[in-house]
Formats: sequence, C-alpha cells, structure tokens
Amino acid sequence: MAEGQSPLAQFEIKTLVPIEIGGIDASFTNSSLFMVLTVITVSLFLIGGMRRSSMVPGRWQSMAELSYVFIANMVKDNVGSEGRPYFPFIFTIFMFILVGNFWGMMPYSFTFTSHIAVTFAMAFFVFIGVTLIAIAKHKLHFLTFFMPPGVPMVMAPLLVPIEIISYLSRPISLSVRLFANMLAGHTLLKVFAGFIISLGVAAGWLPFVFVVALTGLEFVIAFLQAFVFAILTCLYLNDALHLH
Amino acid sequence: MTSDSDPSGQSPKDLDDFGQKLKKARESEETRRLWKSNVNKAPNSALGLAFRVSVELVSAVAVGFAIGWGLDWLLGTGPWLMVVFIILGFAAGVLNVYRMAVGMNNAIGYSEKDDASTTDKVE
Repeated sequence: MAEGQSPLAQFEIKTLVPIEIGGIDASFTNSSLFMVLTVITVSLFLIGGMRRSSMVPGRWQSMAELSYVFIANMVKDNVGSEGRPYFPFIFTIFMFILVGNFWGMMPYSFTFTSHIAVTFAMAFFVFIGVTLIAIAKHKLHFLTFFMPPGVPMVMAPLLVPIEIISYLSRPISLSVRLFANMLAGHTLLKVFAGFIISLGVAAGWLPFVFVVALTGLEFVIAFLQAFVFAILTCLYLNDALHLH
Repeated sequence: MTSDSDPSGQSPKDLDDFGQKLKKARESEETRRLWKSNVNKAPNSALGLAFRVSVELVSAVAVGFAIGWGLDWLLGTGPWLMVVFIILGFAAGVLNVYRMAVGMNNAIGYSEKDDASTTDKVE
C-alpha cells in the first residue's frame, strides 16, 4: 500500500502551526484545529438556537433545547438535585465529544476522539474532579467507599485493594471505551472503502453496501459514545455525592 | 383540537391549549417511562457487550500491574508485588464485570441507582 493510503493514515497528527513553549512542543495540529472547530460549532449551535428564544420554538431552537433537556434529565435521573451545579460541566463534555465525533464523520476530517491522549485527559479530569468532590463533601468518610458495607473486618486487607484498583480503573475504561470505539469504527470504514476500489466493478458493490451500513452505524456510535461518557460521568458523580 | 388556523396567526387560546397539552404530555408517567427506557437502553449487540466486558477486565488488570510495578520499583521487592497486584487487578476486573452484568439492562452497564436497578431486573 502506498504511503498515506493506509487505513491508519487518517489518525496521523500533522503540525499546522509549530509552537514551542519552554522546550515543550505545543504546536497547533490538525487535532487542535478540529477541537477548535468543535467548540465553534457547539457555540454557534447553542447561541444561534437561543438568539430569538420564542415560546413556540423553531427547528433550530428545538434542537438546542432538546440537547439541553436531554442532559438535564440525565443529570436529574442519575445524580438527583445535588447534581445541578455540575450540569454545565457534563453538558459541555457531552457536546464536545458528540460534535467532535460528528466532525470526525466528515470525509477528510480528523477525529480527535480517536486519540487516547485526548480521551484519557478528559477521563482523568473527570476522575480527579469527582474524587475531589467526594473528599470535599465527605472528608475522611470518603474512605468507607472502598469498604463495602456488611463485610467482616477479616476480609478488609483483601477487599480494600481490590476496590481501590476497581476505582482506579474507572478513568481507563472510560477513556479506552471512547477511543477504541472511534478508532475501530473509522479504521473499519477505511478498510472496507479500500476494498471497493481493489475489487472494482465486478464485486465492489458488496463492500460498498457495507460501507453505507457502517457509516450509519458510525453515526449511532458517535452519539452513543458521547452519551456513555456523559452518563458514566453522572454515575461517578452520583457515587461521589452519595457514597454507595 | 382543530388545526385549521394558519401557524402564523396563532391565537393566544391556541397557544394556551398547546401549552397545556405539552405540560400534560411531559408530566405523564408513560412518557417518562418511555423516555427513560429508551434513553438508558443500549442496542444490546453481542459485539458491544464483548467489548464492554473486555475493557472492564483489562483496564483493572492494567491498573493492578501499574500499581504493583510502581511499588516494586519504589521498594525494590523484585517481581513479587507486581504478581500480587496483577492477581488483585484481575479480581477487581471480575468485580467490574460483575457490576456491569448486574446493570445489564442499562446502556452503560452499571446500575444507575439501587432502586432503578431492582426495577429493571423485575422487567
């Protein structure tokens, strides 16, 4: 396969504007570009939708309100009223991932959510934030989180490390889920698309049908993974606020 | 309700009617249940399930490995803590998978709340 035609070439980071701050490579890359595009899109979508807020909403306003209500209900159902202060954060993270995934569905675009560095950074901040909230709210009582109620003390030396490992594995499973789904889906699309050309007119229609179906599936996954990330954040927050 | 009035010239009465209908629809238990069950239920494909299980399992083992390796490096205790923590990590992974399996009906695999998970299981 020629250079640049590998199914993985789409995930390559390309430096657009080289910037170096104190020996650290902080260049503006194609990944950064699509993050900026995502933020602009979300801002335009929401601000534009709310520009003329009328009582009977138009299509655009409906969509903006729908996304708001969707996350508001999610926070209310999963965290309860104590979750209200954290709604902006969860809404932001949901919209950022969702629109980032959708930007990635555009041909020739770059999917920044297919990079573990990006997803892990988000998951790590969620994890640190949730842990700090739990400690701030429950102080030392937080440590009972690692000791399930009704367990005999004899089991503690075994169970506490297991619970701690289980707790620490959260940001990893949270980030790997999103990253692996996006990476696998986009690679699969590219691989099947490559088959269309190599099989030609004779049998090329078969992978073509696959690609059409997979594209639809990818849109579902793009939404689902943003949703999963947001709802898991809610659940972790719920754990932090209520401890078991 | 008659819908022959053109949308541009909606009378306040129509709007009130509409508002009341909307309120009723939003508050009805049926809608809430439908919304909830649709929202929190994932398309349960076998591939997705396998993926979720493996991620939960592997991430816990990875954390166990990292902790054990780090402690070994700090304390110089050879490979032993790593071995112990990989086993603990595996146990934690199984625990993760178990928790996921309990909330199987949910999109993300965890039971959202204790009461919600029990009602889900009854269904």
